Amino acid sequence: MLLELKDICRNYGTGQAVVVALKNACLQVNEGDYIAIMGPSGSGKTTLMNVLGCLDKADSGTYILDGIDISAMNDNELSDVRLHKIGFVFQTFQLLAGETALDNVALPLIYAGVKKEEREKRAAEALEKVGLGERLSFYPSQLSGGQKQRVAIARAMINNPRILLADEPTGALDQASGRQVMELFRKLNEEGTTVIMITHDANVAKNAEKVMYIVDGELSDHFGGDVHEQ
Amino acid sequence: MIENIRLSFRGILSHKMRSFLTMLGIIIGIAAIIAIVSTIQGTNEQIQKNLIGSGVNNVRISLNQGDWEYDYSSGIPDGIVPVTDEQLADLRKIRHAENVSLYHQRQDYDGVYHAATSLSGGYVMGIDTSYLDAAGLQIRSGRGISSEDLLHFRKVCLLDTDSSNSLFQGEDPLNQTIEIRGEPFVIVGTVGDKESFQPLIKTMTDYYTYSGEKSGKVYIPSTCWPVLYQYDEPEYVVIRADKTENMTAIGKDAESILNQNISGDYTYKAQNLMEQAKQIQQLSQSTNTMLIWIAAISLLVGGIGVMNIMLVSFTERTSEIGLKKAIGAPKKAILIQFLTEAVVLTSLGGILGVITGIILAYLISNLNGTPVAISVPASVFAVAFSMAIGIVFGILPSYKAANLDPIEALRRE
Ligand SMILES: Nc1ncnc2c1ncn2[C@@H]1O[C@H](COP(=O)(O)OP(=O)(O)O)[C@@H](O)[C@H]1O
Ligand SMILES: [Mg+2]
Repeated sequence: MLLELKDICRNYGTGQAVVVALKNACLQVNEGDYIAIMGPSGSGKTTLMNVLGCLDKADSGTYILDGIDISAMNDNELSDVRLHKIGFVFQTFQLLAGETALDNVALPLIYAGVKKEEREKRAAEALEKVGLGERLSFYPSQLSGGQKQRVAIARAMINNPRILLADEPTGALDQASGRQVMELFRKLNEEGTTVIMITHDANVAKNAEKVMYIVDGELSDHFGGDVHEQ
Repeated sequence: MIENIRLSFRGILSHKMRSFLTMLGIIIGIAAIIAIVSTIQGTNEQIQKNLIGSGVNNVRISLNQGDWEYDYSSGIPDGIVPVTDEQLADLRKIRHAENVSLYHQRQDYDGVYHAATSLSGGYVMGIDTSYLDAAGLQIRSGRGISSEDLLHFRKVCLLDTDSSNSLFQGEDPLNQTIEIRGEPFVIVGTVGDKESFQPLIKTMTDYYTYSGEKSGKVYIPSTCWPVLYQYDEPEYVVIRADKTENMTAIGKDAESILNQNISGDYTYKAQNLMEQAKQIQQLSQSTNTMLIWIAAISLLVGGIGVMNIMLVSFTERTSEIGLKKAIGAPKKAILIQFLTEAVVLTSLGGILGVITGIILAYLISNLNGTPVAISVPASVFAVAFSMAIGIVFGILPSYKAANLDPIEALRRE
């Protein structure tokens, strides 16, 4: 098993104003899985993603990633896990506006201590792979939304992560670009990458092998009663 | 690290206006300091040169009555005798004294003529063969005073540049004849300072300091002195020191040798030019210390400005920081990135400040004639200091950046 969440709880605030964002969430993901998580706004999707991505720590429960207990780690160990084991794709791309596509993709390699030449070679290859081999020196402002997201995916994959986490990756894209991104995810998954994708679009979720649902912080395998619209 | 510096430069260039405004405080502070230091140093060097002569390092000792230099035209005081051979031998033994010469001197207001032109207020100097070297003078044309001249009481003389100009107005004085106290003297040579220097005359004090030199000197063999003036007139002493620093000590030693058998109201005193120069320098230094303080305050304000701008720029850079942390940048990397940016920014400000300061110093020099001496150590120190400002005032913003919560940072869109 690649990762396992056991009874994860995450609350925001204290006392009367406490918000329960995750309630005893359990999840098991195997190597090579492609999972979509659906849920309405405010249901705890991003909170779950942050916990999975080691950006946030659960209040209780255990999280085992790649055989390591994440719950016991300190800040520096967590950033190391994010660097080497996790690839993030965000709804709003999160590219650095002042850097070229190549430098954006090469960014994680700086922190991994890779030499400049090697970084640029690998970043160029990664961009080639997402179909942007011609646009290495373009700045984000010179790229379309779909292209930006593909740069972001190339960046997420540059360190060969164990798991690709995507939070509404098509949320800011038109349908055609969204389809291209889904195509890319499927290709990466076929090559063996484990993918966990959050979406509230059922059409997008269909691309995954398995769909899970989250409602009011509760994660389950099947469609809950309240989620008529999604 | 090089990577970080490169990135910092790119960041600075992509916000040219903001970076410039941030650096402005540093630029102004450093520029002010460099301009002030360069002007002080230039002025000090000038003062030292003017008072002491351009590296000639000669110490003159004269007889004083009370606080005033004694004028032998009013006769030889009782009990004052010429310098003895033993005293001369002792003077030659003073450490760091390279040459010693005895000479006579008289300011003769109406004694020197070429035809009808008078050298009013000029000096007549009775010298021997050692004088020119001891006093740091150089033969410009002709020859100096020789032992034969002294031995045979030859009526020959040397002119310095000023007396030559006054008496001959640019004409060649060599082999011409002038009259000193009615006696004809043939000019056999002209002399000048080893290094020429232009005294800076801005105040009346300066004027009085240099007016004597401006009126010119005529040098004759010392053996002719009694013919023109009087027998057994005590001599002045000039000693050439090996280094400027040793002038004061040599002056003290010479005073104690010459004052051995003297009593009453009279004493030999060395002209302590080093000390005079120091006093004037200290005066200019203390007024400028205040200016340095003002510049330092401006640097402090500059540093706070850097900190402020850096703190403000986080608001627009939170998502950058959040993203970097999310993809695995450790705290240390973010801290170093921001600290490097601060240091690169302030160092750049420091370098621009030094350049501006140098330009400013030359501008000031053009406006009021003070000389400039650019101090390399001061410039290096200024840049190092602005680097330090970058570290001191960058540490708080950098620490804040490093500890930013990536979740919060990424949410804030
Ligand atoms: N930093 C926070 N402080 C307080 N409440 C929060 C915070 N982050 C999220 N929440 C709350 O937790 C719940 C889940 O949020 P989130 O995981 O962002 O939902 P989703 O991504 O599904 O829209 C929401 O009710 C939200 O208001
Ligand atoms: Mg969300």
